[in-house]
Amino acid sequence: MNSYTSFKDTQIALKNGKTTCVKIVENYLKNISEKNSDINAFIEVFSDEALERAKQIDLKISEGTSSKLAGFVLGIKDNICIKDHKVSASSKILQGFTSLYSATVIERLLSEDAIIIGRLNCDEFAMGSGNENSVYGSVRNPLDMTKVPGGSSGGSAAAVVANMCLATLGSDTGGSIRQPASFCGLVGLKPTYSRVSRHGLIAYASSFDQIGPLTNTVEDTALLLEVIAGKDKMDSTSSSVQVDDYSSFIKPVKRKIAVLKDCLEREGLDVEVKQKLESTIQQLQDDGHEITYVSFPYLDFLVPTYYVLTTAEASSNLARFDGVHYGYRIENPENLEDTYIDSRTTAFGDEVKRRIMLGTFVLSAGYNDEYYKKAQQVRRIVQNKTDELLKDFDFILSPTSPHTAFEIGKKKVDPTVMYLEDIFTVHANISGNPAISIPLYTHSNGLPFGLQLLSKDFTEKDLLSFSSEIMKNFSE
Amino acid sequence: MEVNNKLIQDIAKLSKLKFEDSAANKMKEDLNKILAFVDKLNEIDTEGVAPLIYMSKEVNVLRADEITEETSQKDALKNAPQKDSDYFKVPTVLKK
Amino acid sequence: MNTSDKYEAVIGLEVHAQLTTKTKAYSSDENIYGATPNTKTCPITLGHPGTLPVSNSKVIEYAVKMGIAVGSQIRERNEYARKNYFYADLPKGYQITQDTTPICNGGFIEIKGEDGKEKQIEITRIHMEEDAGKSIHDLDPFHTLVDLNRAGVPLIEIVSEPEIRSSGEAYQYVLEVRKLVRYIGICDGNMEEGSLRCDANISVRLKGAEKFGIKVEVKNMNSISNVKKAIEYEIERQIELIENGGEVVHETRSFNAANGGTISMRHKEEANDYRFFPEPDLQPVIVTQEYIEKIRKTLTLLPKQLYIKFTNKFGLSDYDSIILIEEKEIALYFLEITKHTKNYKTAANIVNGAIKAHLNEFVKHISEFSISAIRIAELIQLIDDGKVSNSVATSKVFTQMLQSDLSAEEIAKNNNWIQDSDTDSLSEFVKQVIAKYPEKVEEYKSGKKGLIGLFMGEVMKLSRGKADPKLANQLVRAELEK
Repeated sequence: MNSYTSFKDTQIALKNGKTTCVKIVENYLKNISEKNSDINAFIEVFSDEALERAKQIDLKISEGTSSKLAGFVLGIKDNICIKDHKVSASSKILQGFTSLYSATVIERLLSEDAIIIGRLNCDEFAMGSGNENSVYGSVRNPLDMTKVPGGSSGGSAAAVVANMCLATLGSDTGGSIRQPASFCGLVGLKPTYSRVSRHGLIAYASSFDQIGPLTNTVEDTALLLEVIAGKDKMDSTSSSVQVDDYSSFIKPVKRKIAVLKDCLEREGLDVEVKQKLESTIQQLQDDGHEITYVSFPYLDFLVPTYYVLTTAEASSNLARFDGVHYGYRIENPENLEDTYIDSRTTAFGDEVKRRIMLGTFVLSAGYNDEYYKKAQQVRRIVQNKTDELLKDFDFILSPTSPHTAFEIGKKKVDPTVMYLEDIFTVHANISGNPAISIPLYTHSNGLPFGLQLLSKDFTEKDLLSFSSEIMKNFSE
Repeated sequence: MEVNNKLIQDIAKLSKLKFEDSAANKMKEDLNKILAFVDKLNEIDTEGVAPLIYMSKEVNVLRADEITEETSQKDALKNAPQKDSDYFKVPTVLKK
Repeated sequence: MNTSDKYEAVIGLEVHAQLTTKTKAYSSDENIYGATPNTKTCPITLGHPGTLPVSNSKVIEYAVKMGIAVGSQIRERNEYARKNYFYADLPKGYQITQDTTPICNGGFIEIKGEDGKEKQIEITRIHMEEDAGKSIHDLDPFHTLVDLNRAGVPLIEIVSEPEIRSSGEAYQYVLEVRKLVRYIGICDGNMEEGSLRCDANISVRLKGAEKFGIKVEVKNMNSISNVKKAIEYEIERQIELIENGGEVVHETRSFNAANGGTISMRHKEEANDYRFFPEPDLQPVIVTQEYIEKIRKTLTLLPKQLYIKFTNKFGLSDYDSIILIEEKEIALYFLEITKHTKNYKTAANIVNGAIKAHLNEFVKHISEFSISAIRIAELIQLIDDGKVSNSVATSKVFTQMLQSDLSAEEIAKNNNWIQDSDTDSLSEFVKQVIAKYPEKVEEYKSGKKGLIGLFMGEVMKLSRGKADPKLANQLVRAELEK
């Protein structure tokens, strides 16, 4: 039995009696049992629970009382809390920890009858671009097992493309939904900052983090966004801007699109990625859309700004993981100080420790102005420039990633090389804008890669409508 | 800006992390590389630019003073690495 | 002491007041003292992964109230900040506080200086923050036990300018702060329970010197009198140190209740870099002028205002007024009495005298006092009408009123305490007594004025104690002067 790759198809099959929720879940569980030991996407599978819930949803469907997401099976990134379930942010320091509550996004999904099938591998504390920084080991890209699926939501991407579930939730702080989406041929959306509640998302960088879906279709992303978005009293930063009906796409109109010259001209951008993007640009022009190449002189400042600010916030957000109140504690510590130091040193991975050190440094007395304050000022400049551009343009178009999925184990020597993976994606996190990666292309090396679109705050409806249009007209 | 061994130890202390010998050297090297990378920010003129602090536009997000949460003692202590009937048990604060 | 006259003490106080809100500063779990450990928490208080703070509107209200009460400037745009450090009772590894944008700036606390004159101690700032949990070190030799019930309880921190010059002034300052927070109903001011805490920054310098001396922080003074003791000790210690050629070390010391001294807390003291930065999980709070005015209107009963009313409107003495306003509920009780009588002086005397004495003896609060304000007013009326003497009223009648619902007059009648104010019958008694002691009359006339007591005693005997002493005294004198 084939897995359905869109919710539309799933719903049709359910309606026609061709399948049931239980059968759907059983099918996914089968795929997981066959493939997960190689791919390593799932850390934990909620087999019994998912089947039990599937039974309940089937009953509701038969009674006509089921909700919007009945039949929708999702995996959840291991940094999103589910009540009475383990959660670890793929870190040893949260070994054995059980959450006392569910994230708001989980509650919203469950209230619409979604079925959660398990929790997904990711980079430790969402810090990484290849899902190689996990205490559970690397995740492999199902499309080429020698390659990474991307990161930090690598498990989330791999699970969808390997048909282990219909969609997943990931989180995006610097591109962690979009880049894996690009590497795995999926749709990946980072909503406007504050669009989706962060209550229950293990914080990496508070002013950058957003939860978002990874799906096969734009329609599924729109539907999931409808369910999870909206003001939450448990997250003071969440926006009170009304949630649109994202699923009703706007009829196609002629758009004004900006292409950042500096992105396309950047050294290190794969030739084929560039070519294919340029041919899309040509096609869009042929279709009557207005494309303008604009200058964005801040490209080289984006990643440094991102690293100063996110590590600063992370160094504070990760202070609660201290070996004292919950989680991992070393054996037989002599005193409190040793407990902190030895537990944290043992249980945090190298990348996490590097970022904590950097974050502590940029906030420390004497360096705060030079680094932290400076980066905040650059952030303002980037946001202003982006807002300025989006006054004249509907979208900013760029590649999602400089290249296709890289080899597992390759880029580990110089940390800054890995940081440049994020160069096109961090923009949206720095300025807060929504951005999406759509899987338009297949490289001659056989691997997929995506196109990225960024739009004005809270215009996800526009963004998704246009994305759907492009997917229809331009997919290879 | 160049990071030296003392700075590594100072930052490690604030971060409650420990780096010895080769680990300390590697961290020093890594941080130096990262800082060199981040020093790029010095090239951009930020004179008179207000730091961007709040990414959300909400203000006055306040709640009524009503009790709506209570976690049982059992749940509160559930994840404690060590506990003692009513309390979290942590290694003594006092140095040996 | 000669040496201490050479020196001047420079003291600044930081007072933390726990606010009596129902819930915590950034979460909706209960704010309550004395519960079983770790039963008043929630995931936010526990610092669990993924949790976010949500600010309590009541905390803003209480902080603004305090600002108004002390005459501060209230800040319009308020931000929160993180103060980062590690401690066993700090689950998040940081405290959410206010750093560069305290909700109040300026204001003052009024005390009486050493010279008896009014002195204003200026307040530097007041800001909002959260309390940490409690660490218990002495129950287990190898472990510290942590109770997080108190974690997240809202605090305001009131920082004074270093304008306090003696332990006595410090004592008064804390007393006044305590009185104020209780008056405006934001804190119960209980130092023993820790709802009011005080840290002192103390330095000394030669009188007339411009530069400040090295300051020492003193903590753990768990009562107002200990604040005084600790500061006294510390001033002496510093002076002695300097006089002996030593130097004061900038450090944190702990008050030792056992011997009244201060001990260095050096093991805790390693300069901590708190790496303050704006709290990204809480949005700014805008406090408008309208809001401030709305709050100001609810603050009609501040001690100062009551003092002015009592002295100006009711003509009470400074002394009486000060005692009356010590506790808000008693001042309110007094005010209630004044609605039913114009004899403010007697009302004040009864409240400050008989009533307070009773409350102290039985360790009662005025809210538990069994005699209503109206009945006290009736008692006063009885005195005014001359039906009972002041002393009979405040001792005998009052005592009975405690146990009975009867009016003062009824009680006096039933006990036959209504005194004789009939001038005729009294004059008779007076004439009889005068006639009985002719020699004593002569002695009185030649200067022994003290003999009036004898005559009074005899008149009282004849009237079987019911004579109105004032009237009797008048008549006796009049008769003697003839």
